Amino acid sequence: MWLRRQGCLRPAGCGVEELRRRRREREAALRKARREQQLISKRLLRDDAPEEGEGGCVAVILGQAEIQQFLQLAQRGTEEKERGRALVSLRRGLQHPETQQTFIWLEGSMRTLVGLLTSNQALLQLEAARCLHELSHSEQSAVAEACLPATSYLLTYLSGHSSDFIELCLYTLGNLIVESEAVRRQLLPQGIVPALAACVQSPHVTVLEALGYALSQLLQAKEAPEKIIPSVLGSTLPQHMLQLLQPGPKLNFGVAVEFAWCLHYITCSQVNNALLITHGALSTLGLLLLDLAGAVQRTEDAGLELLACPVLRCLSNLLTEAAVGAVGEQMQLRDERVVAALFILLQFFLQKQPSLLPEGLWLLNNLTANSPSFCTSLLSLDLIEPLLQLLPVSNVVSLLAAQAFLQQSGLQALERHEKEAQLQDRVHALQQTALHS
Amino acid sequence: MQLPPAVHARLAGGPGAAEPLPVERSPKAGAVPFRFTARQVRFPREHEFFEDGDVQRHLYLQDVLTQVAGAPERPRVPEFTCQVAGCCQVFDALEDYEHHYHTLHRNVCSFCKRAFPSGHLLDIHILEWHDSLFQILSERQNMYQCLVEGCTEKFKTSKDRKDHLVRRHLYPADFRFDKPKKNMSPATPRATVQVSAEALGAEGEQVEGDAMEVCSEPAGERHTAGRRIPPTICFGQGASRGFKSTKKRNKHQ
Repeated sequence: MWLRRQGCLRPAGCGVEELRRRRREREAALRKARREQQLISKRLLRDDAPEEGEGGCVAVILGQAEIQQFLQLAQRGTEEKERGRALVSLRRGLQHPETQQTFIWLEGSMRTLVGLLTSNQALLQLEAARCLHELSHSEQSAVAEACLPATSYLLTYLSGHSSDFIELCLYTLGNLIVESEAVRRQLLPQGIVPALAACVQSPHVTVLEALGYALSQLLQAKEAPEKIIPSVLGSTLPQHMLQLLQPGPKLNFGVAVEFAWCLHYITCSQVNNALLITHGALSTLGLLLLDLAGAVQRTEDAGLELLACPVLRCLSNLLTEAAVGAVGEQMQLRDERVVAALFILLQFFLQKQPSLLPEGLWLLNNLTANSPSFCTSLLSLDLIEPLLQLLPVSNVVSLLAAQAFLQQSGLQALERHEKEAQLQDRVHALQQTALHS
Repeated sequence: MQLPPAVHARLAGGPGAAEPLPVERSPKAGAVPFRFTARQVRFPREHEFFEDGDVQRHLYLQDVLTQVAGAPERPRVPEFTCQVAGCCQVFDALEDYEHHYHTLHRNVCSFCKRAFPSGHLLDIHILEWHDSLFQILSERQNMYQCLVEGCTEKFKTSKDRKDHLVRRHLYPADFRFDKPKKNMSPATPRATVQVSAEALGAEGEQVEGDAMEVCSEPAGERHTAGRRIPPTICFGQGASRGFKSTKKRNKHQ
């Protein structure tokens, strides 16, 4: 169940250093975008070999005449395979931003593409959908918005049966959704939420992962708390999401990652977290946390933090709901194994992803703040010392660790540890914090 | 960071909560103003606390290459033909066949052989086109249901429904899966020949018409007796398999 899709294909001619540099650049760009609240990322499905724009470029820039030619051939060619090939050529061209621009400004081009998308010729449908997918990936709003005439059909096809095709439609929708509010203003009345709710019952994991992606993009929108999350919460999506997050033989990592992030965008918007709690979100996520800790112990897979992060966030935010006290025993989070799991994950983060330590400690804070039971677990499992060991990691970590620590009637425990030489400094620092904070 | 072995053992154990120890305030704590209070913390959406995790999430999303599904190449199989009666499409990859089957053969109306993208649209079609009871009922109550999943509105006529789709749901006015039922008179005979070669881009000409038809539309009166002679048999009147385009009347002609 924890099998992740492996394979880190590198673009030809890229050394490790080059990759690292690119990754740092991308990371810097993302941080900047987030600070400006412009975080947008898209996913591109490309079945053929990666064709990078820089150096060794295969994406051809097509001119108006060539585009017209390909479209004509696709529409009126005599041989189906020939028509399909014309669309493949068009698609290759559309990988280039210039071709995209030429295409959208060419009169009638989108209508033709939509016509092919809705034709009853399966191969052409698929190839037309792929062209649309390329367009959806554009960084220019105008290109994405040019795809609007196709959205009602993309949504209609979600209730079809061809899993590859549905997957493609979903990723395309996901890319369009994130592009602009104009697109969302059309998709919402067109019924995207009910369409997704119907589609989430698909048995295909590829479809589910794509759906999770599209939904996560929808939920990330600026206007989501007012305009989108209420209708999502009113649909059957929350129950299905939680089902897909339940640990067990059917849990698929890629699917779980997407839906965990969906859940995070919902919970941190504080729209109606009580509803999620009544659906058993706390116990499901708690069990998932245990599962994650188990996986960490076994495989040391560096990708697990992608799932751990949203799970920690959801749990932390959900625990602050007043409703937690109001629901039955089943729905609450009382299992002390959660504390054990959390520390196993903290240890994992320390080695693989220290930036996630604050989030783990945030959960620890929320678990222990009002719960003598969890505090007791911490003491009985002998976790004070590991907690202290986290102090030097960073300022944020120090603050959170100290907070968590102080909740455990820490002063008494501190006295015990005073004897241990290497911890002495920290112990004294904490004692000062306790008395003066 | 070293974890005591009890932690791993506890994880492997059964569920359970610890019996809480009594909370005792240390006298030292009581002596000095102890401002720390245990409390839960909430972080809203845009808080910078989430920055690192969000950036990692987006790096993952952007990382195209690690997300390429399964094998990059579709496994080829020995060529085989579609087994559905009357269809002679040939395939050499299972995924292609799957999509072909679902597009053309899965949701097919047993009366008129039109194919639909979903069971939902097929059901609505059968109701509205082939159910005489529907016709009777629709004279007295609103029977034309909205096509959008989740919308429960119903309408007196198919035109009203179309207006609703356009205004309320922002659907295109020429939505292909909402064709009004053809009337019985031998009205506009649909062309049964291939689309004539015309320059693309002039007035945005494109292939339109009833995209879901498997076979060409025979002349009007044939349609009323359509149930007796399956429309897939056209007695050599220019019908062909697979994609059939019918051209709408060019209003400029």
